[in-house]
This record gives sequence, structure tokens and C-alpha cells, in this order.
Amino acid sequence: MGKKVALTGNHAIAYAVKYAKPQVIAAYPITPQTPIVEKLSEMVESGELKATMIRVESEHSALAACFGAAIAGARTFTATSSQGLLYMHEVVHWVSRARAPMVMAIVSRTINAPWNIWPDHSDFVDQRDAGWIMAYAMDTQEAFDLTLQAFKISEDPAVYLPVMVGIEGFVLGHTTMPVELPDEDLVSSWLGERRQPYVIDGTEPLGVGSLAFPEDTEDMFYGIQEAMENAKKVIREVDAEYAKITGRSYGGLTSCYFCDNAKYIAVSMGAWSGDLIESAAKLRDEGYPVGVLRIRFYRPFPIEDAWKYVSTAKGVLVFDRAISFGAWGPIYTDLVAGLSQYTTKMPVIANVVAGIAGVDVTYEDFYVIVKEFIDKVETGELNRGRFEWRRIRRKR
Amino acid sequence: MRVENPMSWKLPLSRPAKGAAGKTGLWRALKPVVDLNKCTKCYQCEIFCPAMSIVVEPERGAIVDYEYCKGCGICSDVCPTGAIQMVPERE
Repeated sequence: MGKKVALTGNHAIAYAVKYAKPQVIAAYPITPQTPIVEKLSEMVESGELKATMIRVESEHSALAACFGAAIAGARTFTATSSQGLLYMHEVVHWVSRARAPMVMAIVSRTINAPWNIWPDHSDFVDQRDAGWIMAYAMDTQEAFDLTLQAFKISEDPAVYLPVMVGIEGFVLGHTTMPVELPDEDLVSSWLGERRQPYVIDGTEPLGVGSLAFPEDTEDMFYGIQEAMENAKKVIREVDAEYAKITGRSYGGLTSCYFCDNAKYIAVSMGAWSGDLIESAAKLRDEGYPVGVLRIRFYRPFPIEDAWKYVSTAKGVLVFDRAISFGAWGPIYTDLVAGLSQYTTKMPVIANVVAGIAGVDVTYEDFYVIVKEFIDKVETGELNRGRFEWRRIRRKR
Repeated sequence: MRVENPMSWKLPLSRPAKGAAGKTGLWRALKPVVDLNKCTKCYQCEIFCPAMSIVVEPERGAIVDYEYCKGCGICSDVCPTGAIQMVPERE
């Protein structure tokens, strides 16, 4: 059976990767991701993990190396953050558009300038349109579980897309929490052999990604959209299968807390959801009918889940830890666009962007913001959507 | 290649076809001419030719496929004995 150990978020991901038994890992160090690949290279060095660790000269090369290994039939992994992720962005598209299943961890960190190592979601959501399945964990245990599930989802023949697993740097990446590690053999056999749409095995000359005419290319991209739809079912199935092995289920694409009879829904993604849930618990105690819908999968966007919980709500408050300059928070954009396809009578959907560039948002902050929102909707002062960038300041 | 594609996705794969762009020898301005007496059959030209247009035959030496050779001159550069000279295609 499993054992309980104390791990940081980064090391939890490294252990999950070890369980997945990849043949090839390529990475370039960048704060705050580095401990993941440091741990993995230790495992490779000691022989604990029988994989090839390719040291490369950049993140662009790291993902390119993984891409090549993946289409040659290897289970592969890499990890990066912020500037490194932006630097590899070109290859991010190559991997998904060539339908190469693999897993990459994103340990979120604010995008420069100015130099800033604290976490927000800007680097992660920046990859939105790349055709990767995008998952985000709330705690260290989930970082482990999601990484393992990511391999299973990625290599499902109904999906065949690469998967990104995000965690926030430092607040999760470098924070130690208890993690239950399942039985390695059990999990490895559940994951099974590597599967992918095609393998370049040297038996015949073959080109990947050479010139295709517009109609063929469009058909290939349409396939990615279909795969994203299929992924929703696969993600739920994988969640259920994983629960049978480990006893942990997260509810698929989203997790919902206090959502029964909730008249108000607060939406969030990532580690700060823990604080939001704390504040919702306090508000529930005080009689406020509020629930928290936590986005676990950002792509495919879980609009069916959202509609299920939002359809009976009076107000929805979306917390975004990223800003699309000149517009508003990215989750808000997706949620409003998605819900508009279900109803002509939208609830009040407001957006609060906060925690940008690593600014701390505590459960007291969430308490104040959510309470204020509910009070304003109840009194009728707020009867339509609204965007606000809340810059929280404390005395240092 | 091994394929496992039950959803029948259209994939960005292609098999190379010889001369898909036509007989590229027509593009050539300079022509490699091999002095087979100097050729030591070291295979450098065959390895470096980007168009797979030189084959070193064990008995004869480096043989150029003039239908596809574009005349880039790399073979001439890498030849250690100076056996390959680039000659203008038309005087």
C-alpha cells in the first residue's frame, strides 16, 4: 500500500514522474522549477529511474528534445517556468499540432519585466491557445496525482495531446506538505505501456510536419478540437480509475466545495483556492450560501461543469490571477463566453483580478471580497457583470 | 513506422517521394566533376551531400546523380583529396 511522506510541490511532481517511468527527460534549469529536474537527475544518477537525462542549452531545445524522443516512441517529461516557457513557446505548438503525447510541469512565476520570481498564473494562461491540455493543482498531493493522471490522459487514443500540469512557484513548489504516495507497481501497471498515434522507428523514411495545404492543415487542427472534447470524458474516467487505486477523486475537470444549494459561486484556479475555500467555509457559517468552483482543467475549458453549478446561481465571482492587459481576467472571459451558450438570462458574473506578480491574497481578503460581492448583489447595487483589478496592499 | 490511430485523426506525416519538386538538377549553375583517379572512396561526399545525390561505389568511386544534384558544392568542399571540381554548367 501507499506511504505518507513530506514533499515539496516540486518533489511531489518529480516522484509522480518517476512512477510514470519515462525513458527521456530533457530540461533546462529555471527558478522555481529547478528542484523538479534536480530530483529527477538524482534519481537517474542513482539508477533509481532508468531514463536518459538530456542536458540542453535552452528551454527551446529542452522541449524540442522531448518532442523528438516522444515521436520516436519514448515517454517524456520536461518542466519549466515563466521566461523559459515563453522561450519554448514555438515548440509548445509543434508538440501538440504533431499530436505527440507528453507531460510538462509548469511551476508558475510572473513574467518579466521587471524581474520577479513570485507566482501568478500569467505564464501558464499565456499557453492557452497552444492545443495542450492544461491542468492546475491546488496542493502538493494534487500536484503528484495530476502529474500521474496527465500521462494517462495524454496517451489515451481518444486524446493524444500533450498535457501541462501547473503549480504556483514557492507557495506550492517549495512548500512541504504531507503527500501520500501510492504503491508504485500498482500505479505503473495502471498507467500501462506508452501509447501514441505514430512512432518513427526507423523502418522507413518519414517526414513529420512538412508542408501541408490549407484544407489538410485545417482538418488536422479540427482533430485537436475534437480531441479536446473527447478529453473531457477521458479526464473524468481517469479521475474515477485513479480513485479506485488511491482513494482520491477530485471530481474531474473541476472540484466544487459547498456547492449544494449555493446561490453564489466563487470561481478560482490554483493554490489560492485553498484560501478561498477557507473564506467560503466562514461565510457559510455566517449563513451566506456560497460555494467554490475550482478549475482543475483550464483546457479543455470545463463549461459543462460550470453550467451545472452556475445555472441556479444568482451571482458568480471569478477570481483571476492573471490579467489580459486591455481586457480582463482569462477565466472570466472563457466563463462568460461559455455560459452565454447556455442561457439568455445570465447571473451576475463579476471578475476580480488579484494576486498579480505574487502579491499575497489571504483568506481574510477573499472573505472581504466575496462578502462585499454578495451584499452588493443582494441589495441590487450590482446587477450586471463587472471587472475590477484589486491591488491588495499591506504594511511591510 | 508504427501506427495506433483508432480515431483516424489526420496526422502531419508524409513519406518522401523522389523528385517531388521535379528534377532539381535543372537548378544547377555549377556542376561537380569527379576525378575518379584521385577519389579514395572515403565517403565524405556521400555523407555530406544534402540532396543524397552522390553515391560512392566501392569499385569506381564517387558517382553523382546529375538529375537531382543542385550544384551546391559541399562535396567539393569536403573532399580531402580535391577530387571534385565545380565546373560552370554552361560556358
